[in-house]
Amino acid sequence: MSIALYIGVMAGVTYLVRSVPFTFFGKKIKSRFFRSFLYYIPYAVLSAMTIPAIFYSTGNIITAAAGTVVALLFSYFGLPLIVVALSASAAAFITGLFL
Amino acid sequence: MAKDFSKGALHGVPIALGYLSVSFGFGIQAVRAGLSPLTATIISALNLTSAGQAAGVNIIAAGGTLIEMILVQLTINIRYSLMAISLSQKLDGKFSMPHRLAASYGITDEIFAVCSAQKEPLTPAYMYGMILAAFMGWVSGTALGAAAGELLPYSVSSAMGIVLYGMFLAIIIPPARKQFSVLITVAAAALISIFFRYILTAVSSGFAVIVSAITAAGLAAAVFPVKEEESE
Repeated sequence: MSIALYIGVMAGVTYLVRSVPFTFFGKKIKSRFFRSFLYYIPYAVLSAMTIPAIFYSTGNIITAAAGTVVALLFSYFGLPLIVVALSASAAAFITGLFL
Repeated sequence: MAKDFSKGALHGVPIALGYLSVSFGFGIQAVRAGLSPLTATIISALNLTSAGQAAGVNIIAAGGTLIEMILVQLTINIRYSLMAISLSQKLDGKFSMPHRLAASYGITDEIFAVCSAQKEPLTPAYMYGMILAAFMGWVSGTALGAAAGELLPYSVSSAMGIVLYGMFLAIIIPPARKQFSVLITVAAAALISIFFRYILTAVSSGFAVIVSAITAAGLAAAVFPVKEEESE
């Protein structure tokens, strides 16, 4: 089978999954439960994606744990996204130098 | 208009930097799976997603069926449908149907996260600016990784793997600190996700994220319904 066909199918499905609800869900949602659900869903998705995956993100659980601690501390104190993200990476890198 | 675009692009810079490192890894993976650097770059430009692309390349490399491709992409990427519905509730009046069709291309975990953290309604220009920044990071990272991946020391490339997760924590921790209901949502989603990772291991990671998120957000919505102004 040609690679172009695979890629076309992959891109088509990925686009439809995004575009159909985004385009045709025009109305404001009335249900209080569903509005609340949508309010909480971003936090739930990001939390489920991050934990426990973050501990495997560097290929070494110790460097990843060091990066996680730094990210938690820095985000607790409300530092900007990019500072938190790069500090976590730097912490993982520096910890790796000592292993 | 131009102001919204540049604001979006600026908010997209951390996303672009994170993508640069992740897509670098994707580029390496795609070339190892036997794809050309050009093919890898085209895949990144068309899909703009990490987990779906990685799984897609594995299917291509293994000579899998198109049905398998469709099911895997649906399972891994269906979370974008939830995000799209959530974002559709806070769009500015300027978001006509053509704009919706265009901007939906760029709904990724990170763009969704940054967009949903905005207080004001989302304009098309704001989203386009952010999508363009993210797109450039994602596509150029793929091309670089595919062309020159083996050159970077492992200590650097592996430490870059945590960048996006660090950004996720920076998005969820401050509101969890301020609002008890968000803290409970985050904790519940994490616990369910851990349960899938270590106990119900047969469930794919994409599907595990969906179930964890829907369960946690559903519980929070039932126990802590939001007031009108909070959900705007």
